[in-house]
Amino acid sequence: MRQGLVRALGGVAILALVAGAAACNSNKSTGGSSSGSKNCGFEIAYFGALTGSSANLGVNIEQGAELAVDQYNDKNGANCISIKKFDSQGSPDVAPGLARSLVTDTKILGIVGPPFSGESEAADPIFDSAGIPLITPSATRPSLSTHGWKIFHRAVANDDAQGPAAAAYIQNVLKATKVFVADDQSAYGAGLADVVKSKLGSAVAGTDKTGADGKQTDFSATVQKVIASGATAFFYGGYYQNAGLLRKQLTAAGWKGTQIGGDGVNDPGYAKAAGNDAAAGSIVTCPCAPASKASGTFVTDYKTKWNTDAGTYSDVAFDAMNIFLKGIDAGNTTPEKMNTYLSTVNYTGVANTYKFTSTGELDSSLIKVWAFKFDASGNVVPDQEAPKS
Amino acid sequence: MNFSGLFHNLGPLTITGLAQGAIIALFALGYTLVYGVLRLINFAHSEVFMVGTFAALYTWGFFGLDQNSPTPSLGGVIGYMLIGLAAAIVVSGATALLVEFVAYRPLRRRNAPPLAFLITAIGASLAISSTVGVFTHQNIKGVPPLIRPATVVHIGNTVITNLQILIIVLALGLMYGLDRFVNHTRLGRGIRAVAQNPDSAALMGVNKGRVISLVFLIGGLMAGIAAVMYVLKIGDTKFDSGFNLGIEAFTAAVLGGIGNLRGALLGGLVLGVAENYVSGVFGTQWHTAGAFVILIVILMFLPTGLLGESLGRARA
Repeated sequence: MRQGLVRALGGVAILALVAGAAACNSNKSTGGSSSGSKNCGFEIAYFGALTGSSANLGVNIEQGAELAVDQYNDKNGANCISIKKFDSQGSPDVAPGLARSLVTDTKILGIVGPPFSGESEAADPIFDSAGIPLITPSATRPSLSTHGWKIFHRAVANDDAQGPAAAAYIQNVLKATKVFVADDQSAYGAGLADVVKSKLGSAVAGTDKTGADGKQTDFSATVQKVIASGATAFFYGGYYQNAGLLRKQLTAAGWKGTQIGGDGVNDPGYAKAAGNDAAAGSIVTCPCAPASKASGTFVTDYKTKWNTDAGTYSDVAFDAMNIFLKGIDAGNTTPEKMNTYLSTVNYTGVANTYKFTSTGELDSSLIKVWAFKFDASGNVVPDQEAPKS
Repeated sequence: MNFSGLFHNLGPLTITGLAQGAIIALFALGYTLVYGVLRLINFAHSEVFMVGTFAALYTWGFFGLDQNSPTPSLGGVIGYMLIGLAAAIVVSGATALLVEFVAYRPLRRRNAPPLAFLITAIGASLAISSTVGVFTHQNIKGVPPLIRPATVVHIGNTVITNLQILIIVLALGLMYGLDRFVNHTRLGRGIRAVAQNPDSAALMGVNKGRVISLVFLIGGLMAGIAAVMYVLKIGDTKFDSGFNLGIEAFTAAVLGGIGNLRGALLGGLVLGVAENYVSGVFGTQWHTAGAFVILIVILMFLPTGLLGESLGRARA
């Protein structure tokens, strides 16, 4: 009796599986061309942090990209193109598994992201072997373009431009003769700190390394080293949460110098972590122009949709998504065609004009690096543009 | 290897290490008490601590304080501190009791094997921290600057601030109080009796269930106080801030002798200072590795820890 029941259930299960597979197959064959003359029914993915300690940086980018998709759909029909979100939490541990699930979706023509260098190192090889083109609006580690990934495109300058700009600011504007440099051992933080250290040369009074965001909260040893070194400036290569905690603990220990960070610290989350008083006066560099300088109606459109000001790289992500959308308009409806399109694109967006070199870097004449400062209410305000060296 | 840096900064590194160690010691009490009485490693204790930090912060937030508020006057500081401590103690204690009631007591009634307790403890820890993470969107929460760090003592390049003195004195005082409680009161004798032999203690008229709940409660109270000290010192908390510190606290408990109250204090202080020294010599990225190497070396020579296990032994 029991055996009969199991056989019956097994038969039903097999029938369901076959029916489901048949249904799936029939969907695929009619899905692409159902909306008529427009190239609809495709997806562009966002791959990056939406939760986790550095979530703000990822969310700014995702929202900029999604704004572009919404504006496109307003013109071309609702749900023409959709954005598919993959939350990597900014972690190089989570990224590979998530990347493998992304590449199984055949509707995805391109990726805006990954925004962080660590997860880029982990996930980009998987995207490269699947041939899905990506434009990262924020991963700045220089080595990312040296691996020979055909699908890699960077919409901003890398740390070989950002690092010297930070060092130049420390030496020429802050006029600091003793600088303490620390990083969080991440691909991005350590890379940026190394560039800054080499540019500062003998002005480096001491170095240290901390744990990654969330792995360490008590920085008393680093704080003590900064104070003992007599440094008047402290450069931290890392993300805003650790940087904020360090700034708070440095202030509590009585250190009155200036803290400088890279684009990973360029977020109001730094002031939330440090407290507005301690954060005021801190400097961050960014291979981006201020979002408020974005042309057109981007600033007001972003505020209308998301009810908050555009954040770091929101405008670059908006442009990156629009590059993909223009590619779809031009008939590049497979990842291979889209990748070829990217290699010859010359697109003027709201933040910058974009042309990619053969290794996927932004054309060097289009690079912009700015310095920003935290004001007394915890907001990031533009300070000055770093001169092109 | 920067030995000259270590010697130059010996004073400051020692003081900050003692302050961090004092917090770890208070936190370690929960582990050592529960192990001493139940032979159970209460992994959920780290979440008891974390919940205490959020309780204090949300209570202060209720009064309109956040990380950007100005420091109140002395009377206000004392008032807010007491309110924060009360909130953290109540919430941590309640969480500890809840975990005991929901996670461990049913297993004890069914005489479950020790592995079941271990898995349940880890599961409770992950469940609570993930839930708090969902509700706080895994964001950090800032701490109002209730105590403006002010230098009290200045010897050479060593600076001792009011907050550090408060933390160390509070930890020492609480340890002394707890030691007297365990060794010189009736309830304390009950705890020692259950730690020595639960069934004989029951035969002698000790209410085993009540003693166990008391032990969890005391651990939770200490964790609540440690939580308030932690947020004042570090300045932020997050849903997983219990996890990292929990590992260190458990290590401190083992280092000092698991089941030994004075051992928890000594282990915490030693661990805090050792981590800072390792950071000074090798760089902060080595502080975790260095601390655990020290633990392994000490255990190699003193397998029961620095002071040995003692809660279950008949000792005054």
